[in-house]
Amino acid sequence: MSDFSDAFHTALGLIVTLNHDLVEILLLSLRVSLTAVAIASVLGFVIGGALAVYRFPGRGVVSAVLSALMGLPPVVAGLFVYLLLSNAGPLGVLQLLYTPTAMIIAQVVLVTPIIGALTRQACEDLLEEYDEQLRSLGASPTAIVVTLLWDGRYRLITAVLAGFGRAIAEVGAVMIVGGNIDHVTRTMTTAIALETSKGNIALALALGIILLTIAFAVNGALISVQRLAKRLAYA
Amino acid sequence: MLDPVSKHQSFGDRAVSLPLPIRLEGLTYESAGKRVIDDIDLEIDCQRLTVIMGPNGAGKSVLLRLLHGLIAPTAGKITWAGRPLDGFLAKRQAMVFQRPVLLRRSAAANVSHALGLRHITDPERTKLVAEALKLAGLEEHAATPARILSGGEQQRLCLARALSLEPDVLFLDEPTSSLDPASALMIEELLLDAQRRGIKVILVTHDVGQARRLAKDVVFLNHGRAIEHQDSESFFTSPHSESARAFLRGGLVL
Repeated sequence: MSDFSDAFHTALGLIVTLNHDLVEILLLSLRVSLTAVAIASVLGFVIGGALAVYRFPGRGVVSAVLSALMGLPPVVAGLFVYLLLSNAGPLGVLQLLYTPTAMIIAQVVLVTPIIGALTRQACEDLLEEYDEQLRSLGASPTAIVVTLLWDGRYRLITAVLAGFGRAIAEVGAVMIVGGNIDHVTRTMTTAIALETSKGNIALALALGIILLTIAFAVNGALISVQRLAKRLAYA
Repeated sequence: MLDPVSKHQSFGDRAVSLPLPIRLEGLTYESAGKRVIDDIDLEIDCQRLTVIMGPNGAGKSVLLRLLHGLIAPTAGKITWAGRPLDGFLAKRQAMVFQRPVLLRRSAAANVSHALGLRHITDPERTKLVAEALKLAGLEEHAATPARILSGGEQQRLCLARALSLEPDVLFLDEPTSSLDPASALMIEELLLDAQRRGIKVILVTHDVGQARRLAKDVVFLNHGRAIEHQDSESFFTSPHSESARAFLRGGLVL
């Protein structure tokens, strides 16, 4: 038991003194996940908005696949991107494997379905209410997509936060395509996995505390966004 | 005669001739195997306000949607001064729905959005937004989220938004059915004002008092058929059909 409390104190020490390795790992994690979520948001908004508005053959299948991919296991996303980027893969010439870029790509694959499916749902709910009015106003399908995305902005913020929560906390995808290389591709989650197995509980615990704090912060942001939306009757 | 004189004249100096008469020939609409609109032949040539009346389920709302082009008829056709509803004519129409449909934005942004869809840009757009809010008596609520306005204010905003588009034809589907009498009266005044400015107003209502106050021309629907179409004065004093007589008495219409 005292081992754990020692480790806990060391962990707090690492955080308070802004330990260099810890900060480096934290910043890389944030850079990878925030970039991935930014890209996935643009893709997800376009895909989700278009799926809600445009009618085309196979639309139902695409929507179902997108929803199913929300539950895509990170290791499978990682494996898929690994096959793409490995030397024998179609994008092997880019030599991206084991770089932060590879991790970003893997997380984009992981998060786009989440943001896309939540966006589609938000837009479809709004469209049910707006459809006749917007057509009466003479809106083109593209104008309808733009209108729905803006009017669903509070739900889209929720979707983006959900995507970020997923990206920052996953370990499988970044581990496979990043390789957990020290000072290059070591993120919070891969470091926790490695340091725990090495018995370096303090660093793992420090990273765990930071991850948990981020999770709480994301959740707190979610709740305040939803409250604001409700107050303005924008939910 | 339907050439676009100018894309949007300011309120009060309309020079466009209305796309009349509206002619319905064998108009039929079926939904889920049921004939909601049943072979209607009708010609509306009245420049002033036309009221479409009838009991619940008579097909009033569906007829309005067919006229506005929101749904396509199963059979038959509608022409406006001899031409079918095309993009140009559709852009000269506007509609107010039974339940106000407002975007999750400020009152001003709701009007601005509608004008933007018609590619009306600043400074014209800002001017028209201000005029619309003034018309609705909502100048002080320009920045208020539209969906926290009262029911009456929301419907006035919907009407002002529709009028800001300078339509030739304005459809309304029971716009006051869920409003208190004072709010309903404000809507009625705006409609009379729209009529004075030369807008062809087509109003669905089952409020007989409202129809009497506003209508110049009455179409009475029952079971998807146009039972009567005549001048409002003669309709209210001597309706031809038993169903219209029963409806005006407030009785059960079979």
